[in-house]
This record gives sequence, structure tokens and C-alpha cells, in this order.
Amino acid sequence: MVNLSVSLSGVKLDNPVIPASGTFGFGYEFMRFYDINILGSIALKGTTEEPRFGNPTPRIAECEAGLINSVGLQNPGVDNVIKIELPKLKKVYKKQVIANVSGFSVDEYARTCEKMDRQEQIGIIEVNVSCPNVHSGGMSFGTDTKFVSEVVKAVKAVTTKPVYIKLSPNVTDITEIAKACEASGADGLSLINTLLGMRINLKTRKPIIANKMGGFSGPAVFPVALRMVYQVYQAVNLPIIGIGGISSAEDVIEMMLAGATAVEIGAANLVEPFACKNIIEQLPETCQKYGIENLSDIIGGAHNG
Amino acid sequence: MKQGIFTIKSNKNLTANVLEMILEGDTSDIKRPGQFVNIKIDGLYLRRPISVCYCSENKLTLIYKTVGKGTEKLSKMREGERLDILTGLGNGFNIAKAGDKPVLIGGGVGVPPMYLLCKKLIEKGALPTVILGFNTADEIFYKEEFEKLGVKTMITTVDGSVGIKGFVTDALKEIDYTYYFCCGPMPMLKAVYNSCDTSGQFSFEERMGCGIGACMGCSCKTITGYKRICTEGPVLEKEEILW
Repeated sequence: MVNLSVSLSGVKLDNPVIPASGTFGFGYEFMRFYDINILGSIALKGTTEEPRFGNPTPRIAECEAGLINSVGLQNPGVDNVIKIELPKLKKVYKKQVIANVSGFSVDEYARTCEKMDRQEQIGIIEVNVSCPNVHSGGMSFGTDTKFVSEVVKAVKAVTTKPVYIKLSPNVTDITEIAKACEASGADGLSLINTLLGMRINLKTRKPIIANKMGGFSGPAVFPVALRMVYQVYQAVNLPIIGIGGISSAEDVIEMMLAGATAVEIGAANLVEPFACKNIIEQLPETCQKYGIENLSDIIGGAHNG
Repeated sequence: MKQGIFTIKSNKNLTANVLEMILEGDTSDIKRPGQFVNIKIDGLYLRRPISVCYCSENKLTLIYKTVGKGTEKLSKMREGERLDILTGLGNGFNIAKAGDKPVLIGGGVGVPPMYLLCKKLIEKGALPTVILGFNTADEIFYKEEFEKLGVKTMITTVDGSVGIKGFVTDALKEIDYTYYFCCGPMPMLKAVYNSCDTSGQFSFEERMGCGIGACMGCSCKTITGYKRICTEGPVLEKEEILW
């Protein structure tokens, strides 16, 4: 019997598989596909202080082994998330979930995180300083160590739950940002968010995405994400949620060997509604194949020796 | 939503670039006309959403136009090959509102969903009229299939080579109707919206990510709030549309 459980800053997960923010809504809608209680946890749709429609459509462009999205943080706003979405999820999902918070100023991050922190259902707060799809905020925080530090300090000052910072890969050296997060009091890191990308329609000779650029994700980015998790694991002493193109149980193990304590599955949910379920069901057998009895034993295993 | 493996029974051209694919598999989750399926195609990352033209127990008919990589790959598939398909997606048309004389308006590749809709309306005891709009004579498909259902089938062509010269709205002027259902290119939908006095339903198209309501890639604004074309759509009622 393989033990799949892991612990993220004291929050125990039955297994390390978490659907990534923005690819699973607020979770409850996936109950029509399968019993979501098998999931380690759920990273909720990115939430801002005010409701947002997001960017104009088209918001999606296909790529080789992935896609570009430019949704732009469409969400009903933190008050509606707390009043409407969390209760709906609570009815069907019994475990703690991960709030994902975005903002356009340091104060806004802090106010939204403070509200989420008070919710019993929330186990971890994931602070998104890396959305490539919103102007005047989002990624500009995530690419500047000074701003990231300010956000982390402001959020930590008003919260009690573990705060994980979701990092952008669109930086010269991700370990610099990771170190700034650690120094400012972050409890953990989630990486990576999407890579800034674009596609052009040959017939119209214009960008496919209305917002011109968007975030690239999917299996194509897995090696980049893996490398960054590996580097960050060496640079800081914080638990890492590994994200980026994970599509199979093998990918989960590989990401954990690089240094991830848990993983988030994003793009795979969009093409395979049962992706997380399939991965969770395949994990025990895949662990056995590679001689793993306790999955948590392999975290950072690629750094040994 | 149900995931199933379907086997291709036939895949043939109806016009130079419009094909009809008949598949065998579990269609039990397709509940309403106007719903769509989402097809996994080898070598492409995203699934391809295609509206249901017809379905019965174990049989699914899809009509699609070759417009890009996905539909080109589909067009080369042969009898016996298999496809991983998500079925029962989208809200579909609500036929309870049709009245006894609805008109069904399909433009180009907006024609296919009208076929199952027409059959369902006939089963319900309504007497639909069908208007099919095309650019030219060589683009016309499914005229005989609709006629075989015993409904009045009007054709419009932009160049006047067959039927009424002009647009579907030119045919609309010639008939009485209690309600309308339409699917086609955006300019056609807008023209219908502006020229019909009765209420009606519109089937919209948008570039989708997942087709299952997860990614918010296909959101639109409506009078009743934000909606996902893949989940709260693709069919919207006239009264809720914001152009």
C-alpha cells in the first residue's frame, strides 16, 4: 500500500494532486464529472476584491502541446466568492481548499487575503503575483523583488493561514524572487504561472487573442516548470507547489523529485475533464513501479548525492 | 457530460468543404437539440467543439466545414477509426417556447443543429418552417433531408442561383411564424434579431478552451449576467442578448 499523503505547511493532503487555479472554477461544478473529494485539495479561481469580467474574447489560442489563455481574472469578486461560491463548494467538498488571490495594489492584496483568511474552508492562501493577463498589477508585482516583498509582508500582517506566493516564470532569475518571498515571510511558493506568449492568425495577420498576448501553459512548459522548481528548491527553504504542464502520474513524481511537495494540474483539466482523477488513480501503481512506498519521501530526491 | 469512444461509420463530403460524419457510440447524454460535442483529435492539444446535427440511440451525426487544422484532420478520417468525444455539452434549444408555427433559420454551417431541432419540434406537434441560407448553389446541403421531414424548406442564396435571392431575412418576410430559432454567422444573427418581432433563440459560436465550463475562455456579457457560451450557452434567448 503506497502512502500518497503530503503536508503543505501543516495542511495535510491525502495526495499531492490539486487542480490549478483557473482550470477548475470553484470546484463544485466538477461534481457532475466525478466525486471531487478524491482530490488532495482545490486551488480556487483567482479572486480579486471587485468582480471582473476579464478580457475581451477570443481569449484562447491553441499551440503545440498547450494553449494560450487571456481570460484576465474573470471572477465574481471576493465578497461573492465568500457568500455564494464557498458555500456551494462546502456542500460537496469536505476538505480545505486553496484561495487564489490577485490584486492591483498592495492594499488590495491585503484586504482580499484578509477576508479569505477568515474562511474556515480555506487552508492555504495562494497569492498570485504573476498573472500575465492584467495590466497595472498582476505580473508587474511578480517580476520585481521589491513589490513582491511588499505584497508578502502586507498579506502576512493580516493573515493567520499559510501564505504561498505564485511565481511568474517571466523573469530573468526566478530564484531572486523566491528568495525575496522567503525573506519577507512567505510560507511557501507555487510555481510556475503561465509563460507570456502569443499566436498570429495567418489569414487575418492579426494576433489570435483579443488582448494580443496571453499565458502559455500545457505539456510544452513542463520542462521549464521542472527546471524552475529544481532551482527554487535549491535556493530557498520553503515548500513548493509544482505547476506547469503536469499531465500524468509520472509527471507528478518527476516534479516532486525536482522539489515539489504537491502539484497543481492546470491545462490538462481543460482537455481531459477526468485528468486529476486519472492521475490520482494511477499514482499508486506508478509509485510501485518506481519503488516508492511513501510519496513524500521523494520530495527533492533529485538533489541527493 | 459523458466521455465516450465513438466509431466512425461514414465521413463524406456534402459540398466541396462541408462533410457529414456519422458515428456510433453512447449518445445517452445528448438531451436537447443545439447541444454540442467536443472531439479529441490526435496531434492537437485542444478538443474541437462541433454541434450535434442528429442523434438517436448509439448514432451521432455531425456536419462540419474544413476551416483549420482540426477539421482538416477530421475530414481525412475513415470508417472504423475511433474518436474520444465528450457529449451532452451546452444548454441547447428550449423547444417549450416554440408555439405551433416556429421558424428555424440556419446559415451555412449553422444549418446542422436545425435538423435535430426540426425533428424534435415535429415530434412535439409543431409545424416548423425552415429557412436555409447559403452564399451560392454549390454550398447548399441538407435541403432534401429537411424536405423529407415534411416541412416547408426555403433556400436563400446571396447570388440568387437557387431559391430566394438575398439573405435569410428576405425569406422571413414571406412567412408567418410564432417564434424563431437561429444559428449562423454573427451578421446573420444580428440581422434576424433586428428584423423579427417575435421572441426567439440564438445559437452562438466562440473560440473555446475546454468546452466544459472550466476555463472561462468563452465568456460573454448578457443582460442577465456573464455567461459561458459552452455551458450557459451556446443558445441565448433574444431578451438576454447584448450585442
